[in-house]
Amino acid sequence: MTRRQRRLLLLGAGLGVLGLAAALVLSALKDSIVFFNSPSDIVEKRVTPGTRIRLGGLVAPGSLERGSELAVRFQVTDGNRAISVAYRGILPDLFREGQGVIAEGALDTAGVFKADNVLAKHDEKYMPREVADALKKQGYWKDDAQKRDAARPPRQVP
Amino acid sequence: MIAEAGHYALVLALGLAVVQALVPMLGARWRDPAMMAVAGPAALAQFGFVALAFAALATSYVMSDFSVANVVENSHSAMPLIYRFTSVWGNHEGSMLLWIFILALFGALVAAFGRNLPATLKANVLAVQAWIATAFLLFILLASNPFLRLADAPFEGRDLNPILQDLGLAIHPPILYVGYVGCSISFSFAIAALLEGRIDAAWARWVRPWTLAAWIFLTLGISMGSYWAYYELGWGGWWFWDPVENASLMPWLSATALLHSAVVMEKRDALKVWTILLAILSFSLSLLGTFLVRSGVLTSVHTFASDPTRGVFILAILVFFVGGSLALFAWRAPVLKQGGLFAPISREGALVYNNLFLTSACATVFVGTLYPLALEALTGDKISVGAPFFNATFGPLLVPLLLAMPFGPLLAWKRGDLLAVAQRLSGAAAIAVAALVAAFAYQGAGPVLAPIGLGLGLFVILGALTDLAERTQVLRVRFKVALARALGLPRATWGTALAHLGVGVALLGIVGETQWSAERIASIKPGDVVSLRGYDLTFEGSVPRAGPNYRELVARFTVRRGAETIAVLEPAKRTFAARNMTTTEAALLTRGVGQIYLSLGDVNSDGSVAVRLYDKPLVLLIWIGTLVMAAGGALSLSDRRLRVGAPKPARDRAAMQPAE
Repeated sequence: MTRRQRRLLLLGAGLGVLGLAAALVLSALKDSIVFFNSPSDIVEKRVTPGTRIRLGGLVAPGSLERGSELAVRFQVTDGNRAISVAYRGILPDLFREGQGVIAEGALDTAGVFKADNVLAKHDEKYMPREVADALKKQGYWKDDAQKRDAARPPRQVP
Repeated sequence: MIAEAGHYALVLALGLAVVQALVPMLGARWRDPAMMAVAGPAALAQFGFVALAFAALATSYVMSDFSVANVVENSHSAMPLIYRFTSVWGNHEGSMLLWIFILALFGALVAAFGRNLPATLKANVLAVQAWIATAFLLFILLASNPFLRLADAPFEGRDLNPILQDLGLAIHPPILYVGYVGCSISFSFAIAALLEGRIDAAWARWVRPWTLAAWIFLTLGISMGSYWAYYELGWGGWWFWDPVENASLMPWLSATALLHSAVVMEKRDALKVWTILLAILSFSLSLLGTFLVRSGVLTSVHTFASDPTRGVFILAILVFFVGGSLALFAWRAPVLKQGGLFAPISREGALVYNNLFLTSACATVFVGTLYPLALEALTGDKISVGAPFFNATFGPLLVPLLLAMPFGPLLAWKRGDLLAVAQRLSGAAAIAVAALVAAFAYQGAGPVLAPIGLGLGLFVILGALTDLAERTQVLRVRFKVALARALGLPRATWGTALAHLGVGVALLGIVGETQWSAERIASIKPGDVVSLRGYDLTFEGSVPRAGPNYRELVARFTVRRGAETIAVLEPAKRTFAARNMTTTEAALLTRGVGQIYLSLGDVNSDGSVAVRLYDKPLVLLIWIGTLVMAAGGALSLSDRRLRVGAPKPARDRAAMQPAE
């Protein structure tokens, strides 16, 4: 094999593997990504039932109902619209009414969001970023209050 | 006073770093030995001052000095001593200080143990290190100073995020940072080589131990982080394809590729330009990881705070170093002399194959991690890219890599004989295929991937053993002779075999956990029994308990298998008053290399609790495998070959494993 042929072989192999990787990435991007929607998005964009999405917002205060066998229902709101979410399983530690939440699943034909995964924030300090953005869009996010809070010196504990 | 001393020490370190960044580099250019000689002492002094700053912050934390804002935000006087200390890096500012502390430590190690490096190379390497240090010291001093005081100090701190109040915080971040920052050394060597326009096999021999050391720590850091997430988050998952996890996986993949390509360069003087590029990419990906985690563009358990100015600052650092180094690469790489040639079927060829797949796999992780950010910036659409994406891209790319792994070490340099190697591996392949068929027959209609993964894992393990058997001829000669041969083998050979074996072991664990786990979620009352795969867990009731800075509700479960009582499990819910936050403490029962995993969900007022119970066969192999990989790396690092070259005190070298 000449030097040139070896070069070409190496180049070909490199491009081949990269091409394979690119093909895998493109096909996976078509099928396996999940879009984030706020309750308003769901109503406005008319998300089709059965499409896998992430729904984010605040857990509407007073909306949490526990059924038997770990079934729960709650409403997710962005201050403008609210969507009912049905879930069966264990809710995360930081799941609370009035707090940010992200649910992953799909709408059923009745307009109820069937979640198979519920995520709450990791820390009481902040909101999932997607949720914060969605609330800002609806004008329910008080930026100023947030800034004031951050600038304020820590509360003194007597 | 202590905090101010720490702050001042950082400013002095910055001054030294600026000197160290400029003087030796100019000295190397002008061939001025006096100017080049500045690098060593400057690096040592810089490390001294950074260490002083770190000690000052640690002291403030341990003594609970609540006049320091950073301590107030992240500590509490009731926390046990160990957590008061680990809180130092359980927050943004402190973790950046730890980052720069490790960076300075590496610089000092090069200065102290790089005595037999060519003077210009050493000067340039230390100067590049100082550029990085300057950037990050500026970042700390201007945008995230941990030593800020409060005008009126509160009596009590706000506590550390309870998820971080765990021994994992003591282990995972420092080890991972050593890995991240360790990549900076090979980066500095690469930049120095580009500046000098000269690179040879000796260069690879200097770079390899540093890369290996960084790789070992990256491996351990990722592995420990994964185990920590597994037992602490209460979800039973060990890898979430979270962007922050990906941020640590990418440098690991790239450093793994670098390790292998550096071997080619050292042995055969080939793949020079590529090795330089990988060294640049590994550290660039480490910086990218730092940017992703510290800038707040992502939300994750690792994001301590988001502050736009910090994000922009780190982005500027990222652009400067990545852009600068790649530009330098494009400009200077053609100057480097091309290396030797080799046949496609050869050890070199196998290592190129390894590099192709590792870097492609790394590229898919890169796309999956950054695509959501790019899409949101361009269209405003918010998406999440999760496990399905990575399973469909990263997974398929790893299969050819793993299949080829046993072949690599058995192929000869320059020109190999694939058929002969295949013949030697036929035993391993036969056993693997037999296991695959047996697993299919045994599990019936179970998941298809499981037996295939099992077969692949066994092939990798047996392939590594075949390599050792071939080299020692253990099956053909008398045992004594084989033993003598085994002892005579270079440690790097043992290291390779061990590291490869570890990959196979980890793969078995991954297959067992992902394919053969069973899960049960139930809501139960005291006296109820939950059963899973022959284990009966009786809920005996729950009792409240008080910890140093939390209260917990402990649920007692008796585990029986048949009539025999095996163990008592006590999962708990902890409530931390200072932050009004609850965490789940899972209870683990180890059976062989599998585990029973029990965690609590909501505790209801009627005494019933929700429980999540998993049976995870082989799960411990995931971490055992990574430990074996790291042990292989350590064994390789201790190889004489990486240490010979210049007379040096053996004791120091054994402790530090520096580059020569």
